[in-house]
Amino acid sequence: MRSLDIISAVAAAAVFCAASSLAQAAGAPDLKLGTPVSAADIAAIDIDISTSDGVGLPPGKGTVADGAKIYAEKCVECHGEKAAGGSMYGSMVGGVGSFLTDKRKLTPGSMYPYAPILFDYIRRAMPMTAPQSLTNEEVYALSAYILNLNGLVPDGGSLDAKTMAAIEMPNRNGFIVDDRPDAKAVRCMKDCPPIKD
Amino acid sequence: MDGKKASRSKGVKTLGSGESALPSQSRRKFLASGAAVAGATVATGAGLVAARAEKIAVPPSNQEMGRPIDPKAYGMPSKYEAHVTRNRTDVFVNKQNWSDWSMTPLHQQVGIITPNGLFYERHHAGVPDIDPATHNLVIHGMVKQPLKFSMSDLMRYPSVSKFHFMECSGNGLTDWKAPKSKTVQQTHGLLGCAQWTGIPLSWLLDRVGLADGAKWLLFEGADGAAHARSIPIEKALADTLLVYGQNGEMLRPENGYPLRAFIPGWEGNVSVKWLRRIKVSDKPWHLRSETARYTDPMPEGKWRQFSMVMECKSVITNPSGGMQLHGPGLYEIQGFAWSGNGTIKAVDVTLDGGRTWQEAKLEDPVLDRCLTRFRFLWNWDGGPAKIASRAVDSTGYVQPTVADLEKTRAITGFVQHHNAIFPWSIAPSGEVANAIA
Ligand code: HEC
Repeated sequence: MRSLDIISAVAAAAVFCAASSLAQAAGAPDLKLGTPVSAADIAAIDIDISTSDGVGLPPGKGTVADGAKIYAEKCVECHGEKAAGGSMYGSMVGGVGSFLTDKRKLTPGSMYPYAPILFDYIRRAMPMTAPQSLTNEEVYALSAYILNLNGLVPDGGSLDAKTMAAIEMPNRNGFIVDDRPDAKAVRCMKDCPPIKD
Repeated sequence: MDGKKASRSKGVKTLGSGESALPSQSRRKFLASGAAVAGATVATGAGLVAARAEKIAVPPSNQEMGRPIDPKAYGMPSKYEAHVTRNRTDVFVNKQNWSDWSMTPLHQQVGIITPNGLFYERHHAGVPDIDPATHNLVIHGMVKQPLKFSMSDLMRYPSVSKFHFMECSGNGLTDWKAPKSKTVQQTHGLLGCAQWTGIPLSWLLDRVGLADGAKWLLFEGADGAAHARSIPIEKALADTLLVYGQNGEMLRPENGYPLRAFIPGWEGNVSVKWLRRIKVSDKPWHLRSETARYTDPMPEGKWRQFSMVMECKSVITNPSGGMQLHGPGLYEIQGFAWSGNGTIKAVDVTLDGGRTWQEAKLEDPVLDRCLTRFRFLWNWDGGPAKIASRAVDSTGYVQPTVADLEKTRAITGFVQHHNAIFPWSIAPSGEVANAIA
């Protein structure tokens, strides 16, 4: 039948895969492809921040007060007044302490272990309608405003590379490394406990 | 009707359990044909003769010319298959559909390969429009020579093709402790399987030359979220691919055209689409997507991080939630099993909610980190039943229940990595429903 033809075609492909794994193990084909680039060439797209130590945070500075103004102009529509939740996304404030309840509230304040995550994320992805349109100063200001709403930057405060990396985030020690497989199910065939138990 | 029922149960009395009593030849024929219930009824022969059919007329398609060949066209499925679509869930509905997902109709997937137009989607800022002529991949950071590769550079390399599943870590998210989703598309549809074509990332890392101390890579996309993830170098060197092909054609825009990462066996989120940049470092970045998202709630308010492998799992796709059985008799239970840690060694099926289990048949090919089909012949007596599958992979890991997982994890809120056994209930009316509890 047709299905058998298909099966043998797939099996043949599997053998091909095994062969190509060998080729891979033998090393890369020696093609001198690719064009050298300098740090200056790629500066515009080199936007990531090593958030645990703040390496990559750019020069510049922004205040909570400026952040509130920019927020009202570019963010409030989707995120709501004081980032409490809006038309497109839920709340971005509070939640600290909620992880010990069965209603965990995930916000930048409660969840991010390092403050520079906020800079990195806003700069790469927000505002959703015009990503990568903000200046670094605007991103610092917006970060300062959102962290202020979360009680992590004082009223009248501001942020720059140094102060942002120094913030002690509440969830700093909230993560554990992957320790799976964690389940030790056995292959019981009869007289087994029903699934629900 | 009554007579038919009686003769059916007489016919199957000799069957015993499962498919074992089918005469081996017709069983082979049956399995090879891949036919569903109707085929089974015919194959078992005597005592199963259906009511006399009406006279068969010459179909109109025999009496007219068909559609001519277009000079050039991309072929589309039959108009009678228009109901087969990938769908957003109606359970966890986002307030917008740019950072959102659509799900594969697994109950309508009749082989291990997910057609490209039905492959699930998960984007963080919609689907970008990228011209391959202008797309580049930059590799820099802790390397000897930072390089930029054009698409034509990448396609000059010899290519590698692999069959692998891909699953979102959020698959099953809405259905841990109570049935919220109706269909298997909604409960398990953040899953697909394809043949991926591209080149091993290790070739390009060789080319740029890793500096001493290089331990992690950043993968970053050219989409509106510049979606990014940290990848440990061991995995990048072991089997990570940069792919441009999916199921024999170039990637669809929604699946990363023209270039994406493909990390076999790991959550789909790390296989960054529209890949434009790889940076090499000595530590992970701890971005939003690997701290505030894609982490698992654990007891005492903790979160499990970098939990990237998708563990062994299976689900029955036929019959599944929202379907209807038409009276007692023989049915073929079908489904998929897969593991991010290797091949599927066995799948067991229960008909009584987990008290007893019987081994199902695996259908070739059984490939590494690939969807594997299983089949199990079931003679339904018309009584209430609770069916489920349980997979075992080549590491010996046995698919757990939710209760097993709850021993170590906190099942609360937005929970990722749901690989538990998933039951469906069958009512005497034939109605099939989600029975997770
Ligand atoms: C068009 C609607 C829209 C606009 C405008 C917008 N956002 Fe967002 N924002 C979203 C959505 C949707 C998400 C969730 C995206 C996801 O999870 O993939 C989000 C997520 C975020 C997050 C992550 C929250 C968390 O809990 O981790 C931050 C921070 C954020 N936005 C900041 C901003 C800032 C600052 C602005 C203004 C410069 C802004 N957003 C403008 C829609 C918007």
